[in-house]
Order: sequence, then structure tokens, then C-alpha cells
Amino acid sequence: MSSSLVSPPLVKARSLSCPNCGAAVELRGFAHTLTAVCPNCLSVLDASSPELQVLHTFQAKQRVEPKIPLGSRGALGGTTYEVIGFQQRVAGEQDDYFAWDEYLLFNPYKGFRYLTEYQGHWNFVRVISALPQRARAGARLGVRWQDHNYAAFDSGQARTFFVLGEFPWQVQVGDSTAFTDFVSPPYMLSSEETDGEVTWSLGEYSPGPAIWQAFKLPGSAPYATGIFANQPSPYQGKVGSSWRTWLWLNVILFAVMILFAATRANRQVFRESYTYRQASGADSAFVTPTFELPGNESNVELDIHTDLDNNWVYFSFALINEETGQAFDFGREVSYYRDSDGTEGSRNNSVLVPAVPSGKYYLRVEPETAPNAPLVSYELSLRRDVPALVFFWIAAALLLIPPIVTSARAAGFEARRWRESDFAPSISRSHASSDSDGGDD
Amino acid sequence: MSAPAANCPNCGAPVTFRWSSAVQTTCEFCHSILVRTDVDLKKVGEVADLPADASPIQVGTEGVYQNKGFVVVGRILYEYEQGGWNEWHVVYNDGTSGWLSDAQLEYDVSWGAKPPSALPAAGELTRGQGFQWNGKTYWVTSLTKAHYKGVQGELPFEYWDKSDLMFGDLRTADGDFATIDYSEDPPLLFLGRAVEFDDLHFKNLRLFEGWSA
Repeated sequence: MSSSLVSPPLVKARSLSCPNCGAAVELRGFAHTLTAVCPNCLSVLDASSPELQVLHTFQAKQRVEPKIPLGSRGALGGTTYEVIGFQQRVAGEQDDYFAWDEYLLFNPYKGFRYLTEYQGHWNFVRVISALPQRARAGARLGVRWQDHNYAAFDSGQARTFFVLGEFPWQVQVGDSTAFTDFVSPPYMLSSEETDGEVTWSLGEYSPGPAIWQAFKLPGSAPYATGIFANQPSPYQGKVGSSWRTWLWLNVILFAVMILFAATRANRQVFRESYTYRQASGADSAFVTPTFELPGNESNVELDIHTDLDNNWVYFSFALINEETGQAFDFGREVSYYRDSDGTEGSRNNSVLVPAVPSGKYYLRVEPETAPNAPLVSYELSLRRDVPALVFFWIAAALLLIPPIVTSARAAGFEARRWRESDFAPSISRSHASSDSDGGDD
Repeated sequence: MSAPAANCPNCGAPVTFRWSSAVQTTCEFCHSILVRTDVDLKKVGEVADLPADASPIQVGTEGVYQNKGFVVVGRILYEYEQGGWNEWHVVYNDGTSGWLSDAQLEYDVSWGAKPPSALPAAGELTRGQGFQWNGKTYWVTSLTKAHYKGVQGELPFEYWDKSDLMFGDLRTADGDFATIDYSEDPPLLFLGRAVEFDDLHFKNLRLFEGWSA
């Protein structure tokens, strides 16, 4: 009885010897594995046939240690995956290149996934079968997939620089594919083109500590440097909500303002008209009849209306409590000029005196104007407990600060993100370049 | 589904059918490829040893797709330079049959379809070509030269003794796919959709050392 037509109940893992150095090569990907790397001599082996064959023995001079060891298992998105392969890939030219790591993850039922890492930034990646269509993402070129627009961020040639572990395809050091990345944080769509065939994959940004926890790795995840292409902005959604909060606070402030204004007494307590002509040496000061300021301690507004014409008057006032002698001193200038170009100043002015206790008061008035100025008629009126709204306007202005700051910070974050983009308008790329071996772990 | 029993004309072993409409099956004991005639089973060939594969699916695996239960009754195994893939023949609980392909654990569900428009000849199909079928645009994404590696179990047609084969894979923007299969003339068309493993609610899968399903 042959087992070839009936699937065996248990698919066993394979372990083989490296034909180059004799070391044990443990295969974790069952029959999916086409290429395996000897962990000892780094020879790349053809694992598609029972007898391993050496494809090539040349590897990088410097061995690269994966941050997540081969054979590690971790739960991502509710599924356990085992790290079975590791690649370091590079893109760019000698003076301006960058290297990143790719971990091949395997589950015998769910299939293959990838973890990519660049300077502490991780992405959990899967191949997708749909074809994203060209579309604009705002002002940028991009693609559209599942009702989301992804903006083109980066493109280039990705070259395999170092391999470890096993792969379900024929991997070779030096393999090169053309890639383009499109971002819609926290997601990234990537196209890779080999011999005219395009593969699309979807990456989701994952913070390093989450990866460390998933794989129960010792120590802590490497610090993430800079801002990655699809790293979610800490301000994502906060700009909109800060402006919504601002809107609601304004509604509340406006309601309180209306309530406040409606509950003011706002009563006129004194009104009188006067005339004044400058007389040299004469004392222009006079006092008004007494009037009652009712209610609790509150403000008093003095309004001055004049018939000034190309002239000025300076008023010195004292609001004096008849019983206690307490005086509130203040002054106001009223000036009004006009010519063929227009007018300057105003014929009217007003003064708000805060916190005046109730009682009987009179006003001491001392006007002063230019010598030989014509006669000035003016009217003084006093209102008790007027709605003073200046504090509300100050509050409204202060309320603007948080949403403006949030918006500015969000814009700053995006500016830093797009500074790294190939597709950013008129800014060249400046990726961090490390030593020419690229072994930056 | 009925399970008519017969005996292998080659070795005499009992041959049972899970699907009454099966046209071809294989003898589990002697590898004979058996085709149903009006009266009995006829041996038309023999399956070479199938290469070890690591599909979690096997004949007898059950699942659910779009609320219809199915059972896997057979398969065609293909190999190409970047690996191999299985076209599992599945029979739904309403008596219809279709295909479930497993290519490196990427799963697609499909059915044979009448081509909505004439299909181009093998040499005329090019990558990037678009077809308007059923209100969707299918783009040719890959052309694959594959080898027929063998068959297992029940199939809806005679399928054996094939050599090199040409396949055109097509995809839409939202995950539909099509395969133009040049094993016949005129070519066959299969229309389907990419599916997630979890969405198929499998039972009776293969077991892997060190893993639980």
C-alpha cells in the first residue's frame, strides 16, 4: 500500500545535512520550502528535492543576526506564526542607501506572512490577491484599494543582501525587485515587480514593543528612530476632535454669555447734557447732582457723547460716594478729526468702572480742551450693571489655542513623515546611511 | 450524494464514490486512474507517486463557503518552477461541484464558467490584458507554464496523462480572480474569489508535527 495517494495523518518536519559542511539543517516549512540556508556555513541550498543541493556558497562577509531568532513563535492577529526565514534587503545607491530586515512567518494552515523592520519600525505584512487601482490621494499620486486611497511614498530597487532560514521560493543573494510603497497610516500597500509580474502586499504598522511581547523576546524592542512612512500620527483624529471640542465649548460659552447678559440690570442711573468752552485761568471742574447706584457691587459704565469737530476734549472724572467719600478716578480723551481723506477718532467714548459698591454717588467732571476751541456740547450718561463681555472674548480667544496647537503639531508630524518620501514635492530624499556593510543590528 | 460502490478493474479493491456525478477517480490501493463507463470502471492510466506536499487540505476535508457545506473529493496537482499548487475538487451539499485552489496556502474558490466572450489563444494572451466579464474588469496578472503532476480522487471530467500546461491568471480590483486553462481546446475558464482560511471553517484537515489546527 502506497501512501502517496492517501495523505499521511501527520506531516513531519524534515531535518537534513548540509552537503557543504555537514551541519544539520532543520526545515520548518514542510514541503513548502524550496530554498534553505545552512545555519553553519550560510550556503544557500535547494531544498525542493530530498537531496539538498548547494545553489551557492557565497554570502555576505558579515553575518547578520536576526533580532527575532529563527524558530521563534509569536501570536499576531490571533494566529501563531513561526519565524522560518530572514532576509536583509537594501535599496538605493552607495552613498544614499538604506537596509531593512524581513522576517518570513509561517503557519501551516494560515500560510505565510512577513514582518519588516527598519530602524525600530515594524510592519506586519501579508500578500493580497486584489489589484489596487491607480488613483490620486489628495494632491499625491497613489492607488485605491478597498475604499481607501494610498499615497505614493517611496520607490526603488530592493536587493537581497543576506538570507537565513528557509523560503517557499528560490531565494538568491543579489535578487532584485522593483518596489513602490503607498501609504495610508497605519497601512502600507507595496507592489513588487519581478520579471514583469507584480505582487501586492499590505503592511500594518506595529510598534516594536508589541512585536517583542508577541514573540516573548528578552529585553526591550530597539528604539524607533524618526518617523516611518506609515507610522500612525499621534495626532491622527485629534485635530478634528480638538476643533469639535472647540466648537462645543464656544456654544457653551455663547450660551453662558447670553445668560449673563440677560441677567444684568443694565439700568440708566444718570443722564445730563452740558456745554463747555475753554476759558483761560478758569476752573472748569463741576459736580453733578447725586444719583443712586442700586443693587450689589457691580460695574458702572459712563458714556460720553459730544459734537466735537476737528477738536479734542480731555475729561477727568471722579465717581465719588457721597457717604463714604470713596472715589473712583479716571480720565478719557475724546477727539474727532475729519478732512478730505476721511475721519480719525470718534465723537463718543465710554469708560467701564468695575466693582462699584452700591450707594449715593455724584460725578466730578473736569473737561479740558485746546485754547480757543469752539464750544463743545456733550452728554454724560451712567448705566449700572452693564453686561461686560470682554472676558468672554478673551475666553473665546484662549479656547482657540488647543486646536491651533494640535493642528500645527499634526502638520509638523506629517511634514517630517513626507520629508523622507521620494514623492514629496521638491525635497530630496535623505535616508540615514550607515556603514557600507549594511549590517546595522 | 450517493456512494455507489464498485471494484477496481486492476486490483479488485473496492472503489467508493462520494459524488455521484464523478467521471473519474483513482484507486487508493494500486494508483490506477479509473474512468466511469455506462456499465463499469475502466482503467485508463496510472498515477505516478505524488510529490510530498504540505497542503493542509486532504480528500475528505470539509468546509463551508457562503453558507454551503462542501467536502473535498479529489484534486489535480500542478508544479511549476516556483513550486506547486493543488486544485482541490469540492462537492457542495446542493450537489454542485467546484474548485478550491491552494497555492502556497493562498486559497481561492472557483467554478468552471462559460466564457462570456471568446478567449484568446494561448499565444495571444498577454500580461496586462483586460477583459470585461460580468460587469467587472479582469486583468491578466501572470502567465504560468506548469507541469501536470498527477490526480487523486474524484474529478468531474477525464483528466490524466497531461504534459506541459499554460495558465493565465486574471484578477480584479476587489479580489475576484479568473483562470484561463489551456489544457483543452477551446480553453477553459474558471471564475472565483480569493478567500481567507478562517472563512472556510474547515474540518478534518491534515495535522502537522508541532502544530495544532
